Amino acid sequence: MDFNDTPEEAAYRAEVRAWLKANAPGRSGGHESGLEDPVSMDGAKAWQRKKAEAGYACITWPKAWGGGGGKAWQSVIFGQEEAKVSTPGNPFAIGLGMCVPTVMTAGNPADAERFVKPAVLGDEIWCQLFSEPSSGSDVAAARTRAVREGDEWVINGQKVWTSGAHFSDYGLLLTRTDPDVPKHKGLTMFWIDMHAPGVEVRPIHQMSGASNFNEVYFTDLRVKDSQRVGAVGDGWKTSLVTLMNERLSVGGGGGGSGHQRVFKLASDISTLAGPAAKDAGLREKIADWFVQAEGLKYTTYRTMTALSRGQTPGPESSIAKVVSAGVMQDMAHTAMDLEDQYGIITDPALAPLNAAFQTMLMGAPGLRIAGGTDEILRNIIAERVLGMPQDVRLDKNVAFKDIPTGR
Amino acid sequence: MDFDYSDDQKFLKNEARRFLEGRCAIGVVRKVLDDPSRSYDESLWKAVAEQGWMGAAIPEADGGLGLGHIELAVIAEELGRALAPIPFASTVYFLAEAVMLAGSDAQKSHWLPKIAAGETIGCFATVERPGALTEGQIQARVEGGKLTGVKLPVTDGDVAQVAVVLAKEAGRMGLFLVDLAGPGVTRETLQTLDPTRSAARLTFAAAPAERLGEAGEGMALAEQVLNRAAVLLAFEQVGGADRALEMAKDYALQRYAFGRPIGSYQAIKHKLADIYIKNELARSNAYFGAWALETGAAELPVAAAAARVAACEAFWFAAKESLQTHGGMGYTWEVDCHLFYRRAQQLGLVAGGAKAWKERLVTELERRNAA
Repeated sequence: MDFNDTPEEAAYRAEVRAWLKANAPGRSGGHESGLEDPVSMDGAKAWQRKKAEAGYACITWPKAWGGGGGKAWQSVIFGQEEAKVSTPGNPFAIGLGMCVPTVMTAGNPADAERFVKPAVLGDEIWCQLFSEPSSGSDVAAARTRAVREGDEWVINGQKVWTSGAHFSDYGLLLTRTDPDVPKHKGLTMFWIDMHAPGVEVRPIHQMSGASNFNEVYFTDLRVKDSQRVGAVGDGWKTSLVTLMNERLSVGGGGGGSGHQRVFKLASDISTLAGPAAKDAGLREKIADWFVQAEGLKYTTYRTMTALSRGQTPGPESSIAKVVSAGVMQDMAHTAMDLEDQYGIITDPALAPLNAAFQTMLMGAPGLRIAGGTDEILRNIIAERVLGMPQDVRLDKNVAFKDIPTGR
Repeated sequence: MDFDYSDDQKFLKNEARRFLEGRCAIGVVRKVLDDPSRSYDESLWKAVAEQGWMGAAIPEADGGLGLGHIELAVIAEELGRALAPIPFASTVYFLAEAVMLAGSDAQKSHWLPKIAAGETIGCFATVERPGALTEGQIQARVEGGKLTGVKLPVTDGDVAQVAVVLAKEAGRMGLFLVDLAGPGVTRETLQTLDPTRSAARLTFAAAPAERLGEAGEGMALAEQVLNRAAVLLAFEQVGGADRALEMAKDYALQRYAFGRPIGSYQAIKHKLADIYIKNELARSNAYFGAWALETGAAELPVAAAAARVAACEAFWFAAKESLQTHGGMGYTWEVDCHLFYRRAQQLGLVAGGAKAWKERLVTELERRNAA
């Protein structure tokens, strides 16, 4: 057990650091802003191209596809070092983490040839069109309908929670092609041009006030059969390829530094019992948050160790989001309680630490839901890691059109 | 970065598990539980000594295997998993660590070979009353090399040959080695929550005491010993917590209610997922603690406290929720859940409770932030 880099890792890290120092452009507008500002999108694209040309984009992908031809541990080290420097927002993560790998794995060779390189270079951005108003956790309940007409398919329906749809060039779309068979069997995947007639993107106004996600409406959108990714009726199998990549692309925590902000807040606040920094209840909570955040950080290191050794990482990384989202919400709520009546103020000019905790409070519910709710993640851990049986299902071996829907 | 056991350490872990499955099946633990006259399993102690485990982290020059603290952690995890009813922690994590940390050459060459050979059982006698260990609660005094005072509870104090005792000498805190077979010592086994790990009241009336480490450093040394023990105990806790989860899993798959396995209900699934989450957080924190212990890193106080807090939480949660998963059967004497429930609480308190360790952790963080 050695917490330090091996000589090989240290050498790679030094190389990455030197390259980042010479090339990292600094931050120009964040993902929070939606990257709508053309300057920040240009900056993000330029940064992606620079990384790709140096072999630091999609490090584990073959060079022939525009990747770096490297190892998984190199990818982890690059990610750690890149996170330490100032870089533009990353609008490419969903495409390169999920959509494009699906096209590479399940799509036809001509599409892979056409799409992979431009995506790696940052020239084209992808979004993932899976969730619908009636199918959130239950992804296979998608209703967006694709009907075949000769060599084309006609698509009608609606997707929701689509990150980055408003700046994406292409999307990976899960559709219902046969409602007369059980739901997992009647799905088919396509890639679509987000600028095609019949695609309408509307931003979702989140409870936090920001708009990071969209609704996407399809009205008689026509796609060619050659845009199909995988066989007709194989959409569920294809979507599992995508979701597996989603699980792998989820990173771990950055450790217990969050407590420093709470200390900072507490240093300037009193409770009825005295200085907040000496409040026993708060101190216990700080310890709890620290231990959980550090636990996640070292869990990431365990995953990285497995990658370094050329092994498949264990399932331990599946705990990251469910823990970090909960810590974030509890920390925000506790900190605001400490601020007492003043805690209702969200104006960054007035609220302590530029309203960091108020922002956290309003972001946390989203984090607990996005990419798998707390409840679904616990189901996944129980079923896939601990081997518990699936829940009793009322939707298996029933034609999709006959499954109760509530409304 | 190599943040996992090495192949050799994994081999040791498998060997240790196989050995303990053979020599320390749950029936062995129950024999100690059910027989008030037994404080520990002597034949298991001897068998473990023959494996050389007491000396895993003791240098070869002092009669040990000279492996290291990671190997000791590997063994600790398996001992914890087996609920081994032997005075291993008191002897190895406390006595041996205290002697290696603060002992003179003479003390090291006297005690370490005996510990490594399994000939000496030790104990760590600090607290005297309810509440966290503070300097203020220490009444025990050493005058002219003689110790007077009462220590309780002292885990394994009824079977140990030697105690490491925290006491005041000329108003300053010190750690002392006391021969428990010598004059001026009386001991009495206490009734405790986990009878598979015994504890005693030690009464000293002018018992000869030999200082361990420098005068006035007693509290600081005791804290350093506690940091080291906390990391190793965390591995025992992680081992116990993992087995409690396995028991809950097995039961949830076998037990049917309303026509299906109870493990198919989300109430049970989510409970098991929560146990898994806490166990993994505890394991990761324990690994970092082991690294800090093995390398003597400056991070040890923070790492040990984090390992301790996470492990106390994980084993307690796993033990209580595993019992809950077993329903009414879990509350019976015959089903093993209560053995884990008892041990979780015993290990969770023996080196100081989680509340005190959280305070130590935050104090260390404040120190670090200020620096």
